[in-house]
Amino acid sequence: MSDRVAVVGVGAVPPRPLSVDRSYRELGFESATRAYGDAGVTHQDIESFISVCEDFHEGTSITDEYTPDQLGAVLRPVHTIAGDGLQGVAAAVMLIRTGIADLVAVEAHCKTSNILTHEQVLAMALDPTYERALRVTPHFVAGMEMRRYLHETGSPEDAVAMVVVKNRRHALGNPVAAYGGILSPDDVLASATVCEPLRELEISPNSDGAVVLVLASEEAARRTPKPVWIRGVGWASGSPWLAGRSWGQASYAGVAAEMAYRMAGITQPDREIRFAEIDDTYAYKELQHLEAAQLAPRADVTRMVMEGDTRRDGRLPVNPSGGSLGMGYCFDATALYRTAEAVRQIRGEAGRAQVAQATTGLVVSWRGIPTQSGGALVLSAD
Amino acid sequence: MARTRAKPAIARAQAPPYVPLRGHPLNEEEFRGQVGSTAWAPRLEYAWDAGVAISRFLDGLRQGKIYGVRCRRCGRTVTPPRAFCELDFKPMDEWVELLDTGTINTFSICYVTWDMKPLRVPQIPAVIEIDGTSPRVGFLHLVGGVRGRTVTEIRRQVRAGLPVRAVWKPPAKREGAITDILYFEPVRKRTKK
Amino acid sequence: MKRKPTRRVAVIGAGLSLFMRRALDTGKELAYYAASQALQTAGIRLKDIQAVVMATAPDAFDGVHMKGEWLLDGAGGVGKPYLRAYVGGGSGVFSIISGWMMVASGVFDLVLVVAEEKMSSCQPHPQGAFLTIFDHIIERPLGPNLLWIFSLEQQRYMAAYGIRNEDIALVSVKNKHNALAHPAAQVAAQLTVKDILDSDVVAWPVHRLMVSPISDGAAAVVLASEQVARRLSDRPIWIQGVGWCLDTSYWGNRDLAYPRYVEKAAWMAYEMAGVTEPRKQIHVAEPYDPFAYKELHHLEGLQLADRGQAPEDLARGRFDRTGELPSCPSGGLMGVGNPIAAAGLMKVCELFWQLRREAGARQVPGNPERGVAQAWGDLMQIGTVAVLGVR
Repeated sequence: MSDRVAVVGVGAVPPRPLSVDRSYRELGFESATRAYGDAGVTHQDIESFISVCEDFHEGTSITDEYTPDQLGAVLRPVHTIAGDGLQGVAAAVMLIRTGIADLVAVEAHCKTSNILTHEQVLAMALDPTYERALRVTPHFVAGMEMRRYLHETGSPEDAVAMVVVKNRRHALGNPVAAYGGILSPDDVLASATVCEPLRELEISPNSDGAVVLVLASEEAARRTPKPVWIRGVGWASGSPWLAGRSWGQASYAGVAAEMAYRMAGITQPDREIRFAEIDDTYAYKELQHLEAAQLAPRADVTRMVMEGDTRRDGRLPVNPSGGSLGMGYCFDATALYRTAEAVRQIRGEAGRAQVAQATTGLVVSWRGIPTQSGGALVLSAD
Repeated sequence: MARTRAKPAIARAQAPPYVPLRGHPLNEEEFRGQVGSTAWAPRLEYAWDAGVAISRFLDGLRQGKIYGVRCRRCGRTVTPPRAFCELDFKPMDEWVELLDTGTINTFSICYVTWDMKPLRVPQIPAVIEIDGTSPRVGFLHLVGGVRGRTVTEIRRQVRAGLPVRAVWKPPAKREGAITDILYFEPVRKRTKK
Repeated sequence: MKRKPTRRVAVIGAGLSLFMRRALDTGKELAYYAASQALQTAGIRLKDIQAVVMATAPDAFDGVHMKGEWLLDGAGGVGKPYLRAYVGGGSGVFSIISGWMMVASGVFDLVLVVAEEKMSSCQPHPQGAFLTIFDHIIERPLGPNLLWIFSLEQQRYMAAYGIRNEDIALVSVKNKHNALAHPAAQVAAQLTVKDILDSDVVAWPVHRLMVSPISDGAAAVVLASEQVARRLSDRPIWIQGVGWCLDTSYWGNRDLAYPRYVEKAAWMAYEMAGVTEPRKQIHVAEPYDPFAYKELHHLEGLQLADRGQAPEDLARGRFDRTGELPSCPSGGLMGVGNPIAAAGLMKVCELFWQLRREAGARQVPGNPERGVAQAWGDLMQIGTVAVLGVR
């Protein structure tokens, strides 16, 4: 039996700053309906279901209770990964490779607009004894990371601003992206300072959304219209402590990408990866993640971004969908949005956002402040 | 909670995992004052979107009505309403106004609050099967209008299978919430369906 | 589930911390105690471990958002693929299922599974964390607590089959007695049915001594692929089958008299394990017993007793440690304690020791060759089942 796994169905609602008209269940139902339709299967064909969620994001404890109905998964094997979207994908890949399920659905949603006290929620992610007592905005962790990154690499702040300019421009070509715009680096640098050097426009705007992916074994995937193959998946966590982490580098993404490349048999990522959908929760993260995923040596990252190599028509398009800066940030569902966009690219369905010869793509995810956890996924047309 | 504590040292020799188990139990007194601790009172606020189905349900409650939804494919009529049938995985077909009467499926007589403070007058939570739905379909609410506070007194008046009727807040005080129904009280004569 | 898994997975080490009402130790420290003991008994070191699974119940207990991330260094997850699999109270047994997936997929050969719970951090009472498990719009405004749903379910179970509270109290007696021989036990005791029924009614029909305690504690196991297990262990215990099943969240829309989700989870695991006659082929059981009636409810769901008949079987000694089908020989949650996720994994640890015939004073007689562990959770909604055996 083959160990190959494919993404065969993608369904999502466009991420938006508000979604007052519908509950999380109703958003999930639409995404699942779209995903099953896209794969040409019904909810009864799906053999196992994985939801990705965190209690405090929902304001509900044991929030996995509320996941089965909107997936058509009542009285079926359903489990939750309280983690990153790509950890959910990894769990589905492993489940399929065990041989006990041919079709698995992975769901994540977020209702960020329903959280009235974001800073309080984020503060609760810090260690209660050592870190939380400082009572500063948790974005300060991002500010410190960005400062250390700029310090170590000597990158100018312009390079970080250029990531915002690029991704917001890319979003204009993506009909579901909410934050398309034409900005200049000066516009970005002139926006309010949140935690110096981090500026307001360098932070992805919170959005509501829901995504469902359908994954399949090789045998089942061959019966679906548009399989995109998962050649490799990896994920890893660094230290949870603020003290003693590698501030200047996204080491977790390095370990995750290595694992995914090993599984995929990729030895020269910068040549074999044609485009990337990479976490850009904060603009500097895209630069860190490019380096960690070995798509560019540290010394070249800034130059690549400044010279336009990472634009849609460049040598290595990065976030042609607009990324989180252009589409909105959806907590752990973000990674599934990145994956869904990468699948569309490989299928050639990205419309005005389409990258030429998008045969092999990389997704890199990060769980956000204050974690050092992330994942990597290599997707390919064959 | 138990009356005697296990003595790990005694069992240790003959029982797995055959090595001393680690951990430092504290009694209440030590816990309250003799070890260092950090306090944090979370200030987490949410405003949840009720969505299409529950919004209409809440509007109904404001008007003193209990709504359900029907799926033609499986033939079920259910409440609380939902936009889609979770079994057939398709949109629900029609809205149904149900009665405000029902039957107690199961109940409890609860002498503690949600944070375990003792209650002298117990709460009586129950699953109420609402008249007009498919069998075994209902929701959580409270039973009221019952005299006495002991288990014996209450069990004389409340039992599984008992018909009940919603007691509503006065219309002016309703706010479109599940608490617009104050509680369900026992009825002697059943309203005709 | 049409196909059988192609790769086999074994448990090669297990560890526990003490189970306590209030631990001085942090959650990270408890996780470390259990994890290091599991590694030690497996004869390996953390650097040999390729990936880590963490199970831990609601973040509200610790008051830490993304609690899995926070706990990861205690579980040995730094620098490794680390996964927090989460199905509420079912998480403890699900953690081994999640670890099984990692190894049975062929992606990893050695995986550490850790389950931790520290409930005592939640003030003024850990039960408060459970208010937020209810639907935020149509249930929470009623001020519900966790005892409500269990007493509602117990009452429905009793009403459906004509079961008396005395029959259910016997579960507390059995498990608290069994726990006297468990070194981690928090609430072991020699009690009578009268003692149980004389304890306060917290939510009729549930009395205080029919409820498992609030606990802090941790458990861990090491899982290995077949090839690695045979190299590292002379007595690996094999995971023969796993199953899980989640019912609808509209819990007021289903019959609480019978846990159909446990039945479906059990058959998924039994079919994988080649078990066709559970009552003959299962020799020792660790069903989930956070409330006394739950053990009986679950024995029925696990197909180890007829519907409504488990209380009678219990009364005639069938589920005693020396009975025909020993159930909760560890002492279960009612006796050892209930640090939620850790309690579920403690049941798997117990099967590991029972099947290796290492359970000492707790050893069930005969030569048990196959056992089942089960946990349950969410809104009376999920069943998680693992079948373990000596071959």
